[in-house]
Amino acid sequence: MSFKPHIRVENLNVYYGKEQALKNITVNIPDRKITAIIGPSGCGKSTLLKSFNRLLDPVDHVRISGRVFVDQEDIYDSKVDVTRIRKKMGLLSQRPYPLPMSIYDNVAYGPRLHGIRNKKTLNEIVERNLKISSIWNEVKDRLNTPASRLSIGQQQRLCLARGLAVEPEIILGDEPTSALDPKSSQRIEQRFIELKSEYTIVLVTHILRQAKRLADYVLFMYLGELVEHGSAEEIFSNPKQEMTKEYIGGTFS
Amino acid sequence: MRSFRKIKEAVATRLMAFLTVSSSLIVFFMITGLYVRSRPILSVHSLSELLFSSSWHPLRGEFGFLPFIVGTLWITGTAVVIAVPLCLFTAIYLSEYAPSRIRALFAPLIDLLAGIPSVIYGIWGLLAVVPMIKNQLAPVFGVFSTGYSILAAGIVLAIMIFPVIIHVSLEVLQSVPGEMREASLALGATSWQTVKTVVLRRARPGIIAAVVLGFSRAFGETMAVLMVAGNVARIPGSVLDPAYPLPALIANNYGEMLSVPLYDSALLLASLWLLVVILLFNVCSRLILVRVERSVL
Ligand SMILES: Nc1ncnc2c1ncn2[C@@H]1O[C@H](COP(=O)(O)OP(=O)(O)OP(=O)(O)O)[C@@H](O)[C@H]1O
Ligand SMILES: [Mg+2]
Repeated sequence: MSFKPHIRVENLNVYYGKEQALKNITVNIPDRKITAIIGPSGCGKSTLLKSFNRLLDPVDHVRISGRVFVDQEDIYDSKVDVTRIRKKMGLLSQRPYPLPMSIYDNVAYGPRLHGIRNKKTLNEIVERNLKISSIWNEVKDRLNTPASRLSIGQQQRLCLARGLAVEPEIILGDEPTSALDPKSSQRIEQRFIELKSEYTIVLVTHILRQAKRLADYVLFMYLGELVEHGSAEEIFSNPKQEMTKEYIGGTFS
Repeated sequence: MRSFRKIKEAVATRLMAFLTVSSSLIVFFMITGLYVRSRPILSVHSLSELLFSSSWHPLRGEFGFLPFIVGTLWITGTAVVIAVPLCLFTAIYLSEYAPSRIRALFAPLIDLLAGIPSVIYGIWGLLAVVPMIKNQLAPVFGVFSTGYSILAAGIVLAIMIFPVIIHVSLEVLQSVPGEMREASLALGATSWQTVKTVVLRRARPGIIAAVVLGFSRAFGETMAVLMVAGNVARIPGSVLDPAYPLPALIANNYGEMLSVPLYDSALLLASLWLLVVILLFNVCSRLILVRVERSVL
């Protein structure tokens, strides 16, 4: 499958101290598609995802070699402004972590950081993104209450709205539905399908069925290596590597 | 044989339970004892008269504690004002910026400061802080000071409460989940923006508890303060004036002036206040910390 890449990873190695978490990863992530990263626990999925928006930088003893290009720009170049790179991507983590402030302020946090002060503009941004994340109706009457009072499912949708409010090009999700009940998971998945016409989405997931439902492109990792990658169709119906076959067949997990 | 072991077990358990209960009862007995012994002065003077009169003439039967209370508050306040910003930045640096190696080295080192006897701090105050205030600082402001002052006591106390404030704040900051920082960074915030708007906001109750804990430690500290505060029973006008804090009054005079009628009772009343105030502060900060811990889990 040939496609326009949004993120290009070249010979990426990541070490935590002496332990190597990513081994010479080279892969392209397609533009405006849903890419799923699958693989057993500890294989480096989260590490790969975090390497895309340089969230590995604050980790102690971390060492990174190789290159990651986003929109043709080498994000590990020393001259790059990290905050600008991060702003290009919205992040959803395994469990939602609303910031310790009101629902409104959570969504307005990003835009405010980037200099938007106008009350009316902020109101519009907050409303629009809460609507896109399909949580507006549930919170519109209590925008000024602490975000921590929402249910976990609502919090995750709020976090989606918060991420979208900085107008990213890419959405990174690290098992974003794993803490949610089936109904909430489904709502988030539905969002992703709608959002992929405008955003590049990269999703780490443990759930093979979720990957099958959502993914256009799949990366299968094992012990820090990228074993196989290709269109979802290829990987799920006709994997080339024995290991991928076994994983998808459920022989090991 | 077996039954003997069982008896030993039962005795040991009961004994330990008894010791635990009695050590916490000590506080209760202390408060009761102090109250009973301070009743004589309360039957002569009203509480508000004792608290708000500044006339301290035990020989004439006048026991106005105001100068001592004000002195204690000034010194404690000065110490807290000096200590809080320094401790906060230290804790923020150690928690948010320092590599784990540095944190592992300095956090215990700072805790070590807590183990230094307060008389050593007092001597350091006498040898370093008092002359510095007398010879360098006071002349800059064009005033005379012997150096024995609120400021000297405040500086010495500030350093004494560093460990507790830094230790507790550091723990509170470290309890803020890493993912919350990541969430903020991922939106394009800088580290400092993240610390300021997310980490500190989340840690605020715990940091307040740390400060209250430091405050109560400073409030009751006796030895070091007694050595450098000057101990003059007058309401101070500035931080370069001497002051006579309550704990120093008690330590200096109890056992010496007891021939003066009611003196003994007055000092025990002062001790009672001190004890109650410090207990209250401690309980408050512990309650806040317990709540902080719960909200993290
Ligand atoms: N901060 C860290 N310090 C040291 N080692 C780490 C750190 N984060 C991850 N690792 C190690 O790197 C390897 C890859 O971890 P990573 O979190 O990327 O795996 P994962 O595929 O996301 O696993 P999971 O499915 O359980 O989330 C693991 O062996 C893990 O122990
Ligand atoms: Mg992970």
